[in-house]
Amino acid sequence: MESPTASHPPPAGDRRSRILSGLGAGEGRRGVVIAVVSTIVVFALIVLAVVRSPGWDEVKNAFFDGQIFRQSFPEILRVFKVNVRIFCTAEAIVLVAALFLAVLRSLPGPVFFPIRLLAIVYADVFRGIPTILLIYMLGFGAPALGISGVPTSQLFWGVVALVLVYTAYVSEVYRAGIESVHPSQGAAARSLGLSRTQAMRHVVLPQAVRRVIPPLLNDFIGLQKDSALISVLGIVEALRQAQIDSAATFNYTPFVAVALMFLIITIPLTRLTDWLINRDRARRQASGAAA
Amino acid sequence: MVKRAAAIGAVALIPSLAIAGAAGAAGGQSQAAICDTASLPLVQSGTLTIGTDNPAFPPWFGGGEHSKPWKFNDPTTGKGYESAVAYAVARQMGFTRNQVKWVVVPFATSFAPGKKKFDMLLNQVSFSPQRAKNVNFSASYYDVNQAVVTLKGKRISNVKSIAGLKPFKLGAPIGTTSFEVITKRVKPDQQPAVFDTLNDGVNALRNGTIDGLVVDLPTGFFVTAAQVKNSKIVGQFAPVGAGEHFGVVSAKGSQVTGCVNRALAKLRANGTLRRLERTWLGAGAGAPFLK
Repeated sequence: MESPTASHPPPAGDRRSRILSGLGAGEGRRGVVIAVVSTIVVFALIVLAVVRSPGWDEVKNAFFDGQIFRQSFPEILRVFKVNVRIFCTAEAIVLVAALFLAVLRSLPGPVFFPIRLLAIVYADVFRGIPTILLIYMLGFGAPALGISGVPTSQLFWGVVALVLVYTAYVSEVYRAGIESVHPSQGAAARSLGLSRTQAMRHVVLPQAVRRVIPPLLNDFIGLQKDSALISVLGIVEALRQAQIDSAATFNYTPFVAVALMFLIITIPLTRLTDWLINRDRARRQASGAAA
Repeated sequence: MVKRAAAIGAVALIPSLAIAGAAGAAGGQSQAAICDTASLPLVQSGTLTIGTDNPAFPPWFGGGEHSKPWKFNDPTTGKGYESAVAYAVARQMGFTRNQVKWVVVPFATSFAPGKKKFDMLLNQVSFSPQRAKNVNFSASYYDVNQAVVTLKGKRISNVKSIAGLKPFKLGAPIGTTSFEVITKRVKPDQQPAVFDTLNDGVNALRNGTIDGLVVDLPTGFFVTAAQVKNSKIVGQFAPVGAGEHFGVVSAKGSQVTGCVNRALAKLRANGTLRRLERTWLGAGAGAPFLK
């Protein structure tokens, strides 16, 4: 196969080539100029349309009040630690539990049918329930049971709900990774005398996991944002703090502050994910060209 | 956290009175002309549109479920303190019962920028100078104290002083000054919980995820009398300075506020407010003050 992109793959580290990848070959400098001008024009038009709208002054006061921003930002930042703790704890558990679930689901043979069935039911149920509902039901329901030894901390149950939901999603990601490894790999491993478990552990999983790192990071970003849902349980994290400030001032600026805070941590991660995806593609193309 | 509680005292009445004064700057005669039901600019001309949140909780609203979409209680019945005050104010302003229309306004949207869908709103909204920057507040229609509710037999139920509340896990509904009473006056050792609705707070109290729920005193009496078995009021907080009061909210700059203030002044002078308070909030006398 000879295609122009395969014979001249863009260098992986070239930022410009990635950003402007929509440009046709040969447009070169002129293309860059057109892209820049068109970007400026489009954004200028959007900004103008918003700023010149009849309600802009009111919206500006309600959402972009500098004084309220300065007052609420430090406090929101302080309780943002709660979010960080929530999503780091949850992610650590999810990564392990989901892998376990994915392996269970790929167990072969009729003997393991009940286990596969359970894994499928689990994934269906917990991907199907809106996260906020599950948080609500567990957070208010589980402590109400009054079973001794069952934690009454709503933070605990909020994290449990996030783990249940994200384990379902992430196990599907892992499963896709496992299934993307060609069966011949497993067969080759078995022919070398490895047991089924050993083949999974040493041959299939290392390839599978490496392939699904970008989607795993995507789910991690989702989890970071969903940590704000735990606010419905009364836990004062970043979103709830913003709501408190907003209710106290009758102004929405604190929400802008909390949105910024989430962007600050999610954008580097989204960029990293994109970079990994691109690097991966470049590698595959390079190895494809070599072959 | 935006600081404002301390400022509530001295400046409490100034902005609303200033607005009332501005609206009637040319003297009583022209104020009467402005408040003419035919010429007063309203959301729906000839109709006084009043907002509150749904469900409508006692003792602020009564009459049970009566018409859609109201849950728990129905403001159109005239029963409950806020409903009764609203109809009394409307009558003073020259609106008949049939010219009053109620709309559901969730708390967070009561201060949204842009056109309001209500002429006035009664939803236990406490006045604060910071809030008054974004909406109009009328003069007080109820001077409110905050109180702590708990379950009988809990350690917190024997507390006699504000300092004694420190070691306990407290909670409050969002958008209330109850939360600020916790953070500013109790300064508890544990992070307080903040709930979306009164119901969530009540459930958390029942479940034992919080030790005490801080609400305004009339709500406290409703919770102990009707919502939670074996619950009691630990005590109420004495007002600081001029104390805290509920005001009728209107859009910033609305002429309705001046007319509402005129009506409230009359209702206060002729004893109607006191009578309605006795009828609907009568139980509020007997809670001990926390030292």
